[in-house]
Amino acid sequence: MRIPCPYCGDRDSQEFVYRGDAAPVRPSDPAEETEFFDYVYLRENPAGPIDELWYHAQGCRNWITLTRDTRDHAISAARLTSEGKSA
Amino acid sequence: MTHYSLFTLLRNAFSGHRHWDRAWRDAEPQESYDVIIVGGGGHGLATAYYLAKEHGITNVAVLEKGWIGGGNAGRNTTIIRSNYGLPGNIPFYEWSMKLWEGMEQDLNYNTMVSQRGVLNLYHSDAQRDAYARRGNMMRLHGVDAELLGRDQVQAMAPFLDYENARFPIQGGLLQRRGGTARHDAVVWGYARGASDRGVDIIQNCAVTGMLRGPDGSITGVETTRGPIRAKKVGLSVAGNSSRLAEMAGLRLPIESHVLQAFVSEGLKPVIPGVITFGAGHFYVSQSDKGGLVFGGDIDGYNSYAQRGNLPTVEDVCEGGMALMPMIGRARLLRSWGGIMDMSMDGSPIIDHAPVGGLYLNAGWCYGGFKATPAAGWCFAHLLATDQPHETAADFRLDRFATGHVIDEKGQGAQPNLH
Repeated sequence: MRIPCPYCGDRDSQEFVYRGDAAPVRPSDPAEETEFFDYVYLRENPAGPIDELWYHAQGCRNWITLTRDTRDHAISAARLTSEGKSA
Repeated sequence: MTHYSLFTLLRNAFSGHRHWDRAWRDAEPQESYDVIIVGGGGHGLATAYYLAKEHGITNVAVLEKGWIGGGNAGRNTTIIRSNYGLPGNIPFYEWSMKLWEGMEQDLNYNTMVSQRGVLNLYHSDAQRDAYARRGNMMRLHGVDAELLGRDQVQAMAPFLDYENARFPIQGGLLQRRGGTARHDAVVWGYARGASDRGVDIIQNCAVTGMLRGPDGSITGVETTRGPIRAKKVGLSVAGNSSRLAEMAGLRLPIESHVLQAFVSEGLKPVIPGVITFGAGHFYVSQSDKGGLVFGGDIDGYNSYAQRGNLPTVEDVCEGGMALMPMIGRARLLRSWGGIMDMSMDGSPIIDHAPVGGLYLNAGWCYGGFKATPAAGWCFAHLLATDQPHETAADFRLDRFATGHVIDEKGQGAQPNLH
């Protein structure tokens, strides 16, 4: 699998560290225990497109938000996580 | 059902093996059942078998989207063991081991249970101490464990690379009662036993939705072969638990990941039991046909594709080469990928779902095959009595919310490392 890093171009996935699903967002203080439980443990775990975080550890060291289909690993979008969700 | 014995084997041999009965009935779905089990793998069929045999509940259907044993039951490395460390796990896996030991007599089916030992190697003083601790925890629970020094390991497995510059082998923790079993035979043995007791095994029947009663509880399932009603619905669909739970409006503490396994060309007998590498992630045994059956880490990112990628193939083979360089000349014959329910603490869930009428058997991570008999036993107990079995009482769904996680590795909430 090759990952289209927005900064470096197509790179082997071995250069990246996988962080996982980008959907969970840390609840802001003060938060209920149930919100933290949801954030830490519960996952949509979709069979289809998922937004997820990859870190280009052996490259530009940017965090990248990738939209990838979990059924066939087709990547439909990649953007720098620092640029937010709108990009 | 024909009782299998030397006598029936001889009789059928003399008639050219043309008159064997079918091992189990390929049933058509009825309108309703007392219990529906979704998933015709080892776990689902074992659940149906024990529901019928131990609890007398025979109006049961097992629904399978493909053919029985075609999912993870046919995609594992067939290892059985009970070398766990935590109190929530040990009694359950030891109960599973005891069921393995009696399985062939119980099922009247040759599941090729072969207790030729599981040896976990250690490569440093610290790892030896950790293994000694795990062995002691096992022995305190009445499970066999032996800590071996290097000489003892060398007598068992002279072909390992003891002088590896980075990971010299110092010894190993051995569970002699561990070993392997024949995965397809386990599925067929349970299917035969369940079918014989009246359970309907329905193949090519994918569940597409849940039927709900007026109070919101689950009263059956929608399938590709029409709606089927049931008083209780049990999910036993490792890899796809999140998908089925979503149909009931639930989110689970589970991610789906792909785990690959490999088999080499057939070789003469060389590896005596199951051997695991302590400095990387590599486990290997040799099948009765002679193939080396081995595996390692999951690919590491969420996946529903039943196939893996090459970097993990390379990584697993590197682990094998570091441990036993002799395998370098064996050719890889096949590899395959299965979808694992990776739970957030590395331990399974056997519990009521927070929706009436629905029951979960999920989150088995890597470890589902060895758990097959006890998972079936305990899930059947839960379905029949609405009470958790004593050996599976800690496998609760709400343990993540209450902080009672069973984190064997001590790594925190992380599904993609285990």
